[in-house]
Amino acid sequence: MKNYDENTINKLELTAVKIRKHIVEMLYGAESGHPGGSLSAVDAIVALYFAHMNHNPKKPNDQNRDRFILSKGHAAPALYGSLAESGYFSVNELKNLRNINCLLQGHPVCLYTPGIEASTGSLGHGLSFANGVALAGRLDKKEYKVYVMMGDGETDEGQIWEAAASASHYKLDNITAFIDRNFLQIDGNTEEVMRLESIRDRWNSFGWNVIEINGHDMVQILDALYEADNHKKTPSIIILDTIKGKGVSFMENNIDFHGVPPNEMEYNLAMEELDTLQKKLEASN
Amino acid sequence: MKNPRNSYGEKLIELGKKHSNLVVLDADLSKSTKTIMFAKKYPERFFEMGIAEANMISTAAGLASCGKIVFASTFAVFATGRVYDQIRMDVAYSQANVKIFATHGGISVGKDGASHQMIEDIALMRVLPNMTVLAPSDATQTAKIVELMAENYGPMYARVGRANVPIIYEKEYMESIELGKGIIVEDGADITIISCGTMVDPVIDAQKRLKKQGIQARIIDMHTIKPLDKNLVIKCAKETGAIITAEEHSIIGGLGSAVAETLAEENFSVKFRRMGIKDVFCESGDPKDLLEKYGLNEKHIIKNTKELV
Repeated sequence: MKNYDENTINKLELTAVKIRKHIVEMLYGAESGHPGGSLSAVDAIVALYFAHMNHNPKKPNDQNRDRFILSKGHAAPALYGSLAESGYFSVNELKNLRNINCLLQGHPVCLYTPGIEASTGSLGHGLSFANGVALAGRLDKKEYKVYVMMGDGETDEGQIWEAAASASHYKLDNITAFIDRNFLQIDGNTEEVMRLESIRDRWNSFGWNVIEINGHDMVQILDALYEADNHKKTPSIIILDTIKGKGVSFMENNIDFHGVPPNEMEYNLAMEELDTLQKKLEASN
Repeated sequence: MKNPRNSYGEKLIELGKKHSNLVVLDADLSKSTKTIMFAKKYPERFFEMGIAEANMISTAAGLASCGKIVFASTFAVFATGRVYDQIRMDVAYSQANVKIFATHGGISVGKDGASHQMIEDIALMRVLPNMTVLAPSDATQTAKIVELMAENYGPMYARVGRANVPIIYEKEYMESIELGKGIIVEDGADITIISCGTMVDPVIDAQKRLKKQGIQARIIDMHTIKPLDKNLVIKCAKETGAIITAEEHSIIGGLGSAVAETLAEENFSVKFRRMGIKDVFCESGDPKDLLEKYGLNEKHIIKNTKELV
């Protein structure tokens, strides 16, 4: 446990709201994309980029940087928002998401966008890729950490379990994975589509250190990251208890907003809600 | 006679010494692919991935993203079709410096049957943007190709067969081998036989017999299927007026298709025939018997050549 002053936490929460607004605006502008899973994953991504990771937007290829791999590539808007606010590219780029001749593809591509480590979008690859980065780090005697974000539904993919076994076999304690446990995937509740529980037991039995937290609580996220970083001999996984669509009332726990952008009315309503939240946080600062 | 797989293993050791950032992955077939030779020499740079090919390819891409030259090996059937999506996303789309070196390509794998006889790999890899596709023909060429793979950046796929192959190229010939440049093994004016990998050797034997019968066949060893040496294909079409392609691969999507596409787009109307597996799955059997039954031996090359000339 580390102590974070209220000001730090408040700042992170404000950044998360700001990026939630970017997400809503981006998807409204692009007339396509995935709001639900972007909004559920954003708090952990903000904690990584604005408090926890060793990274420098001016040196996106610095060999010693910590790496973040968004395995659930459809949550790209959450990552793009964080990269833009960090300074990897202009915030103005966000409005071009998914447009032709644009930096920001529908799903992340390492060749196109500064700060993107892996090209994702086809689910189930990210943890394997992270393993490769972690093995390289060990070979090169680098101190960097590798973070990877998976969706809960994504762990239906068999490759995730190949990677889980491999990370454990190679004792990759420089990896910390997240599961965005929002209980929803396109065809419905994860437990009805393809049962995942007990997620804790599954990862435990693969030899992982499992941490379960509220995925929207900045203090808990930062504490979990600190604990994971200091855990030795096995990789760690943080199960983020999250709400799909978090922050926009009518998107919360609503599977209709997995891959459908807001219309004009919904956009206005969402921005109004987020503005109110932002003002509240600013007032408590 | 030498096995191209041994050549691969030996070359990896040599390259491992030269390039400290070269790493090798295998999926529980290191004894067959010969990556075990590297594993013994450089255990810290060899990663056994178990029977989990998808994880192997994506892990290879992760290593490559940190500046490693990564060789990943298994049988051709598991190195391509099984992991197509991983290669597509993490290697080709991402332009990762990953070298997939597959062994046991083609039907001459023999008795294991069609499950293990990969006849679609060249087609699958050829269709991927950014991917270089290679099929070296003998042990000497394999060594040089492996070196070129390591020392040129980008996604690459190479396949060799299972069996020993007579030495086609003397060592001193190695330096002239370039990626993307076909080799004129024998010159001739009546017809050109363009082949790759395991088919080059029987083509050479056939050419000798044809020569005695008065047919001058030109032999091209097209070790690089992509990017294809189009200039050489056109030159041969112009100069010999007839082209046969021969590959231990489906006639769909491989070397034959690549040559046909080139000829058609250049408006070259030449006598043309593709030798390969004719859109069927083969079966278990002695390699010799299989190559006879499915039309890929010296006898069939001679027959096809005579029909076309």
